[in-house]
Amino acid sequence: MVNPEKIVKIPIGPQHPALKEPACFTVSLNGEKLVDLDLRLGYNHRGVEKAAEGRTYTQNMYLFERVCGICSHSHATCFIQCVEEVAGLEVPPRGRFLRTLIGELERIHSHFLWLGVAAHEIGFDTLLMYSWRDREVVMDLLAMLTGNRVNYAANVIGGAKHDVTDEQKAAILKAVDTLEERTKYYIEVASEETTLIARLSNVGRISLEDVKRLGTVGPTARASGLSQDARRDDPYAAYKEVPFSVITDTHCDVYGRTLVRVGELMESYKIIRYVLQNLPDGPIAAKAPRKIPAGEAVSRYEAPRGEDVHYVRGNGTEKPERVRVRAPTMVNLLSVPKMLEGNNLADVPITVAAIDPCFSCTDRAIRVADADGGNAQVFSWEESRRFGIDWYRKNGVDFTDVNKRLAQRLK
Amino acid sequence: MKKPGKMLAELLRHVTKRPATTQYPFKKIDVPATYRGRIVFISENCIGCKLCMRDCPASAITINKVGEEKIFEAVFDLDKCIYCAQCVLSCNKKALMTSTDFELAQITRKNLRMVYDAKPKPPAPPKEPVVAPPADAGAAPASPQA
Repeated sequence: MVNPEKIVKIPIGPQHPALKEPACFTVSLNGEKLVDLDLRLGYNHRGVEKAAEGRTYTQNMYLFERVCGICSHSHATCFIQCVEEVAGLEVPPRGRFLRTLIGELERIHSHFLWLGVAAHEIGFDTLLMYSWRDREVVMDLLAMLTGNRVNYAANVIGGAKHDVTDEQKAAILKAVDTLEERTKYYIEVASEETTLIARLSNVGRISLEDVKRLGTVGPTARASGLSQDARRDDPYAAYKEVPFSVITDTHCDVYGRTLVRVGELMESYKIIRYVLQNLPDGPIAAKAPRKIPAGEAVSRYEAPRGEDVHYVRGNGTEKPERVRVRAPTMVNLLSVPKMLEGNNLADVPITVAAIDPCFSCTDRAIRVADADGGNAQVFSWEESRRFGIDWYRKNGVDFTDVNKRLAQRLK
Repeated sequence: MKKPGKMLAELLRHVTKRPATTQYPFKKIDVPATYRGRIVFISENCIGCKLCMRDCPASAITINKVGEEKIFEAVFDLDKCIYCAQCVLSCNKKALMTSTDFELAQITRKNLRMVYDAKPKPPAPPKEPVVAPPADAGAAPASPQA
């Protein structure tokens, strides 16, 4: 039995606990061993859902692209799929294939990014440098195809925005060959480098039962042996026609998640080659009306981090009545305390990084509840601002003078 | 064979190679021709339908009528613009185009307000432009520093 007096509480975060995004993990330690983990979100609430209600569907497309900085195409496409379903629009085959192409390129850049971040968390910075160098190849491809490296704006309501020319096709195929060769090398590194295997094995273990119970999604769930992929289970875009396999692993730890992600890279290359070789002719987008009829829809999209779910309710005007976003990190975060049970303090960063979290995608609303569950309270923006200022003042931090002096200086 | 130092050979192979990074301010970066940089306005094509204003997610464009005739100028808030190029897609008359100009940093916010002015027809009194780009603003867009 653990002596309660020996338990030490350490806050990890809110300033970049693992990635450069805010979340607070309060860990209770007994020596080096983790006893309990308390998770706090809400440092990056941006009011995206409320903002969506005041914008037209076209404007919202760009707003939801900015929900996540990495899986921007995922959120934009997921939202547009809802709108198209409500409007009863049929996306032309070429448009669906082009969406798939951008989606898979995004998955490649996201998984390369994750590989680098995870390597950095375990101190293997050599791998970080090389994987991010290779990521530039796919970033340049995306810039060439869509005009930007991150926020691709590759969709319009009813299809795709940018068509692919023959020169671009050749450039993509050439880059995919380079990337495939590099990925084979990384698979070799991941399966032979003993320091990497020793560091990642048995870290952040989560069993198949727990994965099912906690509703974990994406590579995190697939690394525990759960064969689940929205691309196969509920095909959208062109995934019904594209052959690919769902990568699973039975390691159940961070090492398994690494193998699943590098394995998925290889599948992505296969999908891209298939899409480019079988690109149907025809228009890339259907004409969309400005006013979307009343109705509601839910859409699923397999983002690089897991299953993304959007809900849109239209009321017959140009603006949606309600939009709900559930980012994959939201469900994956719930599995983190389970993964960290009995692990060392030093395993916290890599375990958190291994779910590939995206905290600002996840933050939705501020709801303050008492620990016993009762007495819930929802703060408005002004109230929460005031609460923050008062809280800091009570703890001896007062910015009033500094603000005044700064305002004078700026004058 | 499982042994540590798997990436050592890769490291040594790159000792004699040039760095993968670019020395950016000293060496200019080539951006693809399709890049979505600063938006260019061509006054002659504009018919003043203001579809771009309606679709802009960031309210970064304002189209104003100049003088009595149907001549329009565009005001861009480059600090609001998210460079999504939806306005280019919305424009039916090809009055808006993307450019590859991406070096848009400024010291003050004032300089980020960019006006593509159009000269009103002679009878109407000429208006003072906020920023004075060359007269053929459409063909050769003024840089924000002007």
